[in-house]
Amino acid sequence: MPVTKLEVTTAMKARTLSRHFRESLKSLGRNGWMTFASVSAVTVTLLLVGVFVLIMMNLNKVADDLENDVEIKSFVSLEADEATVTEIETAIKSMSGVETVNFSTKEDELSDLVLDFGDEFSLFEQSNPLLDVFYVKATEPQQTKTVAKEILALEGIQEVKYGEGKIEKLFSFLNTGRNVGLVLILALLFTAMFLISNTIRITIVARRHEIEIMKLVGATNWFVRIPFILEGMWLGLLGSILPIGLIIALYYNVTEFLQPKLSGELIQLLDFAPFIYQVSALILLMGVFIGVWGSFMSIRKFLRV
Amino acid sequence: MIQMKNVYKKYPNGIVALNGMNVEIKQGEFVYIVGPSGAGKSTFIKMMYREESPTSGQMLVNGVDLAKIKRKNIPLLRRQIGVVFQDFKLLPRLNVYENVAFALEVIEEKPEAIRKRVLEVLDLVGLKHKARMFPRELSGGEQQRISVARSIVNTPKVVIADEPTGNLDPETSWDIMNLFERINASGTTILMATHNREIVNTMRHRVIAIEGGLIARDEAGGDYGYEG
Repeated sequence: MPVTKLEVTTAMKARTLSRHFRESLKSLGRNGWMTFASVSAVTVTLLLVGVFVLIMMNLNKVADDLENDVEIKSFVSLEADEATVTEIETAIKSMSGVETVNFSTKEDELSDLVLDFGDEFSLFEQSNPLLDVFYVKATEPQQTKTVAKEILALEGIQEVKYGEGKIEKLFSFLNTGRNVGLVLILALLFTAMFLISNTIRITIVARRHEIEIMKLVGATNWFVRIPFILEGMWLGLLGSILPIGLIIALYYNVTEFLQPKLSGELIQLLDFAPFIYQVSALILLMGVFIGVWGSFMSIRKFLRV
Repeated sequence: MIQMKNVYKKYPNGIVALNGMNVEIKQGEFVYIVGPSGAGKSTFIKMMYREESPTSGQMLVNGVDLAKIKRKNIPLLRRQIGVVFQDFKLLPRLNVYENVAFALEVIEEKPEAIRKRVLEVLDLVGLKHKARMFPRELSGGEQQRISVARSIVNTPKVVIADEPTGNLDPETSWDIMNLFERINASGTTILMATHNREIVNTMRHRVIAIEGGLIARDEAGGDYGYEG
């Protein structure tokens, strides 16, 4: 008897792919409450993740705002003439790690003072006791101390002020806060993955018999797998709709309420757009990824028939 | 068609199910596989569609050596043979039509061709009018007829049946047997493991009796030969 060679072809026809799409949608409906259970699990966890991301991103923004507000106030000594002031400006600008340099004459300083504290100070216009000042911002808030030292070393600089001692404490506090937030988000993401893929696994275990039958009738692994994976994708998509809607509504109301109160303040919330759309996209991608990944992993061991 | 040369099967738990079996079955034959439980009947049948693989020996089905077939090519083998199971193995979430169509969808047949062929075989087994029903809504006999329809829908050269009447009452069993007779009459090889003495003794065909992993008896038009 001649020995025939069997070779499986991996290319899939377009109509088969559209069959898989139809099949996955049909299966969602026929699975009834199993679909409902999975979608609910996805919904609850993604909502948690979403709210948490909103909070953490805004806390991070607050921390950034605080850090970026740190300025070095560099006082120019009285003896310095105009040429020295120009030299100082060029020197500061050429330093590494300097982002912005703003010069403010002693007259500017006084009018700021009058603006802040009242007309009594206009008396000093007769003989201004203030000094010319350079306001310097470091590119990285953490570099403030080094930059301040460099500026102080320049000729014609009398004094620098940047809240020494206090900002170091603030920075380390904010850093701890950021790290704790990051760990919490990662832990929550991990829990969400675990929870959702477990729910999907239960629905697939309940259908392992079907997988076996499909294999015995001559289906290839991919033929069995793709509808399940697509079904996982739908579960993720459906499960992310409600969280996205709720988060958009929630953040819209929060920004509407708080933004006017915070206008002109140092601390600002992240703007509604595009931030909320980025978070929505993140939630959607997570839902789809977890659905697909959960199905893929769960079906694996039942395909060995 | 089917050829076994010194086929030997030892399970991981040490049980030897087939102990050097030699057999040849030609195209168009109708063969009963009989024998006591645990004699190797099931292993013999399961090897035909590669649910089990031989430990050693050569086993050709349709010219393919099943001892050497790669795992990824197993689906291709299964598409060339039809299998009917004792417990029907219908997909519970698919209706009758979809269950039968599934065997054609896996070979990526054209939709029009699928439709035509599925209705044809449903007509053959007399269940065209129940195409939209789900397996749970059908009787055991009807479910087995659907299973037979699925096994022949892609016109295989051989149909393997593992105690197809095991879960059915006597009358329904005869319906199923009449179906197999008709399929065999069209030139399809039928290989059927059974415990049904009455059937074997009435519809006479070649009988292969397996005992202790070996062929104890092989006669054309033989009888069941066991008590009970």
